[in-house]
Amino acid sequence: MLYLKGLLVELGSKTVIKGVDLQVNRGKLVLLMGPNGSGKSTLLHAIVGDKRYRIVSGSLFFDGMEITGLTMEERVRLGLGLGFQFPPRLKGVRLRSLALRILEKRGLPRDEAERILEEYSRLLRMEGLLERDFNVGFSGGEAKRAELMLTLIQNPRLLLLDEPDSGVDVENLAIIGSAISRYLSSNGKASILITHTGYIAKHVKASEAHVLLDGRIVCSGDPEEMVSNIMEHGFEACANCRRARR
Amino acid sequence: MNLEETRKILKPRAEDALKKPAPYGLDLDLSVFKLETGFGAGIEGSERILESVGIDLMERNRSGSYYQVDNRVVYSSAKRSGLTVKPLSEALEDSENLYYYWKAIPVDTDKYTAAAFLGEKEGYFIKVDEGVNVDTPVQACLLLRTPGLIQAPHNIVIVGENSKLHVITGCAAMREEAGLHIGISEFYVKKGGTLTFTMIHSWGKAIHVRPRTVAHIEEGGVFISHYINTSPVSSLQTYPVANLKGKESRAHLLSIIMGRESSQIDIGSVLELSAPSSSGEILSRTIGLDNSVTVARARIVGNAPGVKGHVECKGLLLSNESRIDAVPELEARMQDVQLTHEAAIGRIAEEELIYLMARGFSEEEAKSIIVRGFLSVELTGLPENLAKYLENILDSLAALIKF
Repeated sequence: MLYLKGLLVELGSKTVIKGVDLQVNRGKLVLLMGPNGSGKSTLLHAIVGDKRYRIVSGSLFFDGMEITGLTMEERVRLGLGLGFQFPPRLKGVRLRSLALRILEKRGLPRDEAERILEEYSRLLRMEGLLERDFNVGFSGGEAKRAELMLTLIQNPRLLLLDEPDSGVDVENLAIIGSAISRYLSSNGKASILITHTGYIAKHVKASEAHVLLDGRIVCSGDPEEMVSNIMEHGFEACANCRRARR
Repeated sequence: MNLEETRKILKPRAEDALKKPAPYGLDLDLSVFKLETGFGAGIEGSERILESVGIDLMERNRSGSYYQVDNRVVYSSAKRSGLTVKPLSEALEDSENLYYYWKAIPVDTDKYTAAAFLGEKEGYFIKVDEGVNVDTPVQACLLLRTPGLIQAPHNIVIVGENSKLHVITGCAAMREEAGLHIGISEFYVKKGGTLTFTMIHSWGKAIHVRPRTVAHIEEGGVFISHYINTSPVSSLQTYPVANLKGKESRAHLLSIIMGRESSQIDIGSVLELSAPSSSGEILSRTIGLDNSVTVARARIVGNAPGVKGHVECKGLLLSNESRIDAVPELEARMQDVQLTHEAAIGRIAEEELIYLMARGFSEEEAKSIIVRGFLSVELTGLPENLAKYLENILDSLAALIKF
């Protein structure tokens, strides 16, 4: 579904992604791990077309079509969706009205939009927050659940999730993990999920994991094995692994 | 004393003030305008614009109405007992009402009050008797029809003890030619009374607007004011005052200003906390479009023990050529007062824009969502259908902006 080839991405004047090749197939969930500053968020923002992240070379293909030159609006319309690590607070914008606008933007009639919102707000325990301004005064777990809800109701085929598990307690982790799994169980979806801690790995079924270090993928393999290695030895082990491979 | 005697006493003071400029705003030469009754017909042809400023010509969900075209009254009605809605000239035939006549606003405040006094023709007089809850609004419509005219309605609103009243005033001009509106409004809220006053202005780019408003609120009384300016104006200057004269009285003053085209706007609210434990807040939201210039003022004077006041003044610049100055002032004249303010002016944050675009919205839609969010302020104290109506107006204001 998604194929990245030799991707180089700049943020400001700094090259953050220094040549990444990655393939994500339909039905698969790929974990992207790495220490702070390794370029994980940059990679997802560049994939979705956030204009602050400039692709200086390399190509992106989605369903076989090159999308490197497309705007974010066009990529979102094709079915890419990014759940932000730190979504902004939107004062005066109620979660319910924002969610309904997203659903109506998909071309759904109002009653259908209401029905889907009800379903997802139940799934992510958002019922009590719908009348609140988006992200204003939300706790860590609430903010993560709200962001996941808005991303899922966009119905993206490629779900890009930037640390949906950071700063989240065990109970929220289970809610978030099961919502992601449920979403991906429907046909034709795929996901790249960034996790710094790997906690989410217990709640979702990943097919593969990659470690990003200093803008490059240095290690790829079985997610369970990699998560437990990293939990035990930290990303140091990956750096050593990279040296060993050279 | 009758009306004639009262006017005779006030006249020299007004005449002396005819050249006295207002401390703020563009100083106008009044000699280019004339204060006449106006030969304008009725409200025919203006139905749509009146609807846009909250006037329901079918008077559904209205307790009473008052329509004035230029300086002539074309209609007034009161549909329930305990409520009076009539032309000022008629109300002043009763000398008891003179007690409220030019009492909250001195005739010599500035040249605009002086001119309004000297050329006074009409205005609305709305009174609610003691202990009456007028649950649906009284609507007042002030339409400026004749070019080159000064429209100077003198309005008096009296809310009796433990009574409740909602007034919605819609003001509009029918033409693009120059004109001047000086609205004199004196509000008196008696002990335990509540007045919510909603004013929607849709003038025009050739009209100058100088409302002069003072509200006196007695013990335990509540005054809630919502002001929305939707259209371009040539210039608009107003600094209405809510004077909390009775203990534990409260005020909530909100203005929403759209600075459009080359409008020159100087607007604010003054809250005088003059009685013990009185409290209130001033909220304003200003949007700077095109090459408009807006000064958003707010002043709270704490002059009694245990008073509390807060100012929240926010501006959003949507054009590089527009300008917003926020001037919040707090004056504490005693130790035991609590006055606070927050003011912020900014542009649309790129982070918010990109976030919303990642949610699937176009840049234009994303901006419109942010602008609507900026305009979301709590509309307190209004009956549900009026609050809903104002929400719709704010929706259309946000939708009207072209990026």
